[in-house]
Amino acid sequence: MNRLKSLFVPRRPVVAALALMAVALAAGSAQAAENGKFRVGIVTFLSGAAAGPFGVPSAHAAETVIDALNKGLLPAPYNTKGINGLEIEAVIIDENGGATKQVEEFRNLVERQKVDAVIGYISSGDCLAVSPVAEELKIPTVFYDCGTSRLFEENKAPKYSFRTGLDAVVDNVGAVRYLADTRPKMASIAGIQQNYAWGQDSWTDFVETTKKLRPEVKVVGEQFPKIFQGQYGAEISALSVAKPDVIHSSFWGGDMEALVLQGNARGLFDGRTLLLTCGESAMEHYKDQAPNGMVIGGRGPFGAFAPKNALSEWLRAAYSAKWNEQPVYPSFKIVQAILGLKAAVEKAAAAPGKQPDADKITAAFTSLTFESPSGTVKMARSTGHQAMQGIAYGEYYFEGGKATLKNVRSYKDTCVTPPEGVNGQDWIKSGMPGAKCD
Amino acid sequence: MTTFIAILVDGSIYASWLFLVSAGLTVIYGVMRILNMAHGSFYAIGAYAGASLVGWWFSGAGGNPYVSYLLLLGAALVAGLVVGFFIEFSLLRRMYGRDEILMVIVTYALLLILEDAIKLVWGVDPYFAYQPYGLLGRVSFSGLTFANYDLGLIGVSLVVGFGLWLILNRTHKGKLLRAVIHDREVAVAMGVNVKAMFAVTFAVGTTLGALAGALTAPAISVSPGIGVEVIVLAFAVVVVGGMGSIGGAAAGAVLVGLTRAAAVHLAPELELFVIYGVMSLVLSVRPQGLFGQTLVRKI
Repeated sequence: MNRLKSLFVPRRPVVAALALMAVALAAGSAQAAENGKFRVGIVTFLSGAAAGPFGVPSAHAAETVIDALNKGLLPAPYNTKGINGLEIEAVIIDENGGATKQVEEFRNLVERQKVDAVIGYISSGDCLAVSPVAEELKIPTVFYDCGTSRLFEENKAPKYSFRTGLDAVVDNVGAVRYLADTRPKMASIAGIQQNYAWGQDSWTDFVETTKKLRPEVKVVGEQFPKIFQGQYGAEISALSVAKPDVIHSSFWGGDMEALVLQGNARGLFDGRTLLLTCGESAMEHYKDQAPNGMVIGGRGPFGAFAPKNALSEWLRAAYSAKWNEQPVYPSFKIVQAILGLKAAVEKAAAAPGKQPDADKITAAFTSLTFESPSGTVKMARSTGHQAMQGIAYGEYYFEGGKATLKNVRSYKDTCVTPPEGVNGQDWIKSGMPGAKCD
Repeated sequence: MTTFIAILVDGSIYASWLFLVSAGLTVIYGVMRILNMAHGSFYAIGAYAGASLVGWWFSGAGGNPYVSYLLLLGAALVAGLVVGFFIEFSLLRRMYGRDEILMVIVTYALLLILEDAIKLVWGVDPYFAYQPYGLLGRVSFSGLTFANYDLGLIGVSLVVGFGLWLILNRTHKGKLLRAVIHDREVAVAMGVNVKAMFAVTFAVGTTLGALAGALTAPAISVSPGIGVEVIVLAFAVVVVGGMGSIGGAAAGAVLVGLTRAAAVHLAPELELFVIYGVMSLVLSVRPQGLFGQTLVRKI
């Protein structure tokens, strides 16, 4: 309802973005140490197709949590003001425009805006391009959402790059484990993916894991429409003809919502299961247009899948009070990155109100364990630079005018993550040795 | 057999959508010789206007759900005419007679401006107007289920196509328009008010773009960037059929629609490439497109 009501209200995302940009401009180029603030560059999509589903919920959450941190309003262990007593100043940058532009923007943030750290990046292409520059410029950089396995395969000895979000391998290993547990009669699968690296990798991980965990299951169809195609008439017919028990899709944003809408109207999901690895991000949009029993994921224990604790309850209350809707998984993921940075800086600091240098921050961040709305986060992989967490999946139901999750199952980190130093796809192909699921 | 029927029906639905999207583009090019890059933005404006109105209708304002179809048409008509006349009057009128290449750059600039204007008005959050899509129910045959709304699109595009043909070939104004298409200078010499013709043509073209957007809105998530995606497809269809020809746009749409549907069913891995494959093939045999006429260039 909130969404419908707000149709004719001035759009808040734009206002918020402009306000944050104004703050950024007003900040000028004074050195962080000089103005006594901790300056953080925040990079996320404010325009383009990824802005609505991911970028804006992230920017909103960042604004909410930074405001509250500066006022000391968060629950323990984050109830001290700012970062180590220093006020946090955010410089927000639009991630739209491609990797080359993002590298330029990153250099600007460091060299002209003099930021003390950078948090950002949804697109895997941007993460891969920015990480070497972060190492070169020696700026602590926290990647909060991009899922590519290649991030720490290409940058084998990271010092300044950290990722508090999970590797995309986790999504699909978790998805197959959920199906194996809840759909014992599943005999066939089909997939529909956007035709680029994300869609192709997701489908490969899903199919290979299925072959290992449920070797009798047949792949009866696969569709790779162009990204942002928006209309899936022929694909829906082809999937109907293939008659799979389960349809897997790594679609996101408008494409995902359109697929659900069109498939549901044409009865594609009658008597079969649709699984969406990014499904949680649109939980408030589907209303009664999605089939009850649709399996959705939130790319980790985020959004609707976050456990009940003081931090998650605070985030839900503060976010919905400010933005009139529930925070989704990208909101949780950026808050996790901000809190991880705060924990690392405060661990590295000699005394309150003092700012540790970049090397001390990165040393403290490496292998750090910190609390987040998604539970306890261990920076346990890729030499202590990559977070390790479990994942949850559940079924979407729309009842009494409200979207809810049922039959939620969580899989712990050691059950869905390859061991240190092992490539995710190699691990899956060798039968996921060493996975501990109990 | 099921696959064959699926290809035929899916191809027809997709072709009718392609025709709706590209009709406005080809009308404007045929009469005005402007390759309108901003056509995708008119599609997006129609989609946003339609989705906003339908959203408002179902969020408590309305009564009879079937009125939402009229709202979609009304949104397209108002948005298309207002934006079309405004842009023709404030910008294009000052540019007539310039080089075709310059007009491509002008309309490309217009596309960038309109894309940002859309974001300023509607923001980046998606809009949904799904109610009209499900309202007509669905029909099953040969083990396949189709949404009646999609099948209805075939009817709408036939009406639009036939209507355009009728206006161009059976009315006085249409004949004047054909005279302008044939030779602008002679038409002016004969006393045809070419300026007025251009203004009306441009507004009709933008309205057709907005209509395609408004009719697509119920089936999609209306979000930033939908217009840019459409423009590439519309160009492909118009180029295949022959720039400026209504019949060509129809033939191009059917060819591209059926080929794409066949690819999705028979060789999904080729889907991405097949539209451009058809385009290259047609252009290598007939560089002017299927229905295009070779023009003698005036030097």
